[in-house]
Amino acid sequence: MTADDIVEALKGAIADLQVEIAPAFDQPTLLLVREQIVAACAALRDLPALRFALLSDVTAVDWWPAEPRFQVVYHLASLEHAQRLRLEVGLRGEDAHIPTMTTLWAGANWPEREVFDLFGIVFDGHPDLRRVLMPEDWEGYPLRKDYPVQIKLPVKIFEPLQMTTEQFRKNIEDDRRARERDAGGVKT
Amino acid sequence: MGLEDIEIPILTTTVEKMVQWARRSSLWPVTFGLACCAIEMMAMSASRYDIARFGAEVFRGSPRQSDLMIIAGRLSRKMAPALRRVYDQMPDPKWVISMGACASIGGVFDNYAIVQGVHQVVPIDVYVPGCPPRPESLIYAVVQLQKKIAGQGFERDR
Repeated sequence: MTADDIVEALKGAIADLQVEIAPAFDQPTLLLVREQIVAACAALRDLPALRFALLSDVTAVDWWPAEPRFQVVYHLASLEHAQRLRLEVGLRGEDAHIPTMTTLWAGANWPEREVFDLFGIVFDGHPDLRRVLMPEDWEGYPLRKDYPVQIKLPVKIFEPLQMTTEQFRKNIEDDRRARERDAGGVKT
Repeated sequence: MGLEDIEIPILTTTVEKMVQWARRSSLWPVTFGLACCAIEMMAMSASRYDIARFGAEVFRGSPRQSDLMIIAGRLSRKMAPALRRVYDQMPDPKWVISMGACASIGGVFDNYAIVQGVHQVVPIDVYVPGCPPRPESLIYAVVQLQKKIAGQGFERDR
């Protein structure tokens, strides 16, 4: 399956598709636009001729200081046709947000969180857009090209328990009740 | 050994020396492998290098049962509070070995994510150079630590 075949099949599903075939030596690579990425991915996933049912990775590239600055990259795989595909979407630096892919693939959740964590690209409609690798109170997005690599910060050596006192007490209480229930079960 | 020739089988020493001898002769390290240095640490505890010869082979999964922490590998900023908590959970007296270049000064990872020297998180007794240090280096560090403990009085416990 070449890039032209994929574009042709896609255009059958989406008439006004804005697409560009990027030069690539290893696998077909398509440049898409943000407004059509969800519809395009839905078609890629569901069309019988394509069936790119597996979203294997979401990542991003920072081309700073060029514009469009960011490029979100999706890696799809079709298990049925033994085919891989790369999708790229350019985003302007001051407008770095893109619709989430979790509506199509639940597995996009953590990769998108990782991209948000390290590049600061916001995924609209994401169910749980929190940092996943860096500490939760970290400032800045480390994989951006304008981020200082050798940043000198004081090391945080204390972190409070990540639950409230009420939750902590409830855990102990639940545990005690479960033990009592188990002990009662043994006796009878 | 000729011990049977000794008329009265008694040795005299001080309580302090006796206690420090017991402490240094059975160091129990807490399992704290963070990166590739941990592989060398495991090699040290396995049969070829055999840290049991120096009485420090009982690696514990619980900090409550340990008195030595070998920080084996680079410490990320996110891990630093966890390391400090494990250290705080160890009963006194306790000692820390900083193993390898990354733990000691950050090593090749001079970046935002890695703590540039674990002395910022816990007090260190012995630093081991190397990337990673060979098991012999770590054994040497344990022996150095034993010498240090022998020189400490137990009233000076941290």
